[in-house]
Amino acid sequence: MSAPLATLVESWNYLVVICLMMGGLFIVISQNNLVKKLVGLAIFQTSVFLFYISVGKIAGGTAPILLKGDETLYSNPLPHVLILTAIVVGVATTALGLALVLRINAAFGSIEDDEVLSMKAADAEPRGRRDRSPEDAA
Amino acid sequence: MAGLLTNLLLLALLVFILVLVIRTRKLFPVVVLAGAYSLVSAAMFVNLDAVDVAFTEAAVGAGISTVLFLAAMAYLPGAEKEPPEARGVMHILPALVICIVAGMLLVVAAIELPPVGDPTAPPHVHVAPRYLEESGSFLHIPNVVTTVLASYRGFDTFGETVVVFTAGLGVLVLLAGKTRTAWRRRDQDADSSGVQGHGDA
Repeated sequence: MSAPLATLVESWNYLVVICLMMGGLFIVISQNNLVKKLVGLAIFQTSVFLFYISVGKIAGGTAPILLKGDETLYSNPLPHVLILTAIVVGVATTALGLALVLRINAAFGSIEDDEVLSMKAADAEPRGRRDRSPEDAA
Repeated sequence: MAGLLTNLLLLALLVFILVLVIRTRKLFPVVVLAGAYSLVSAAMFVNLDAVDVAFTEAAVGAGISTVLFLAAMAYLPGAEKEPPEARGVMHILPALVICIVAGMLLVVAAIELPPVGDPTAPPHVHVAPRYLEESGSFLHIPNVVTTVLASYRGFDTFGETVVVFTAGLGVLVLLAGKTRTAWRRRDQDADSSGVQGHGDA
């Protein structure tokens, strides 16, 4: 394989990862369903991880676990450490997001963004009158 | 060479899964596809020499995350609502424009980056060599990622633990209390039976 072609193939990582990131962002913005929004967020996150790990790769290197011989070429361990932390924090945020979705579903009976928003707008009207008028009449 | 081809194949697989996630309306397949996405990216991490990250992604991203989603799905409706027919393309147009513009900006920035695997790239010449050269003789732990995580950057890991603890606390607080509908039902019960003084629990 010629050198420029090899370079293109190697930088291809960045371009595809950007597409994946934007796909995740697109899901977060365009989908109404809150669970799907969270899945989009997870996809966005994982794509950023891929980007960092791609930056840490060194051609011909190996995993940064020290061997006996001194001349081994290792990939950069620093992005790996950052991303390890990010993965765990990502799960923590996912759990919190899911708890919020459960709570929204319990309060509104829906996990569709637009429905919840319209219900909230209706709720913002003076509360007592709207809720109790049927019972007052009864 | 084989590594590059594997790389491209896995990236293509990721794009394929992403398109499936966007097009699927039932939530259970979406959650399972998200797990598959994590697993394929874990395979990519192995290919890019990040074995520790691959372990964590496979266990935490593909495992625990999926389990959390499935557990939450037990209490949630199983499919998205069908959108009204009349909406057409217009409602996704703003999202599309935002994503394409942001993507273009990122591509412009990414063109300036050194190619993947270049050993003379700035991230590889500054701090990382010190960790690789010194940690073995200082701390006698063969895995450099472990050394940096637990020793050189131990405070970062401590901060991470605090974040996870706070998130767990937040989940407990969110799920332990009464819901708003429960309150409203209680109010109405109290009103209809003539009992005064609601909201004291």
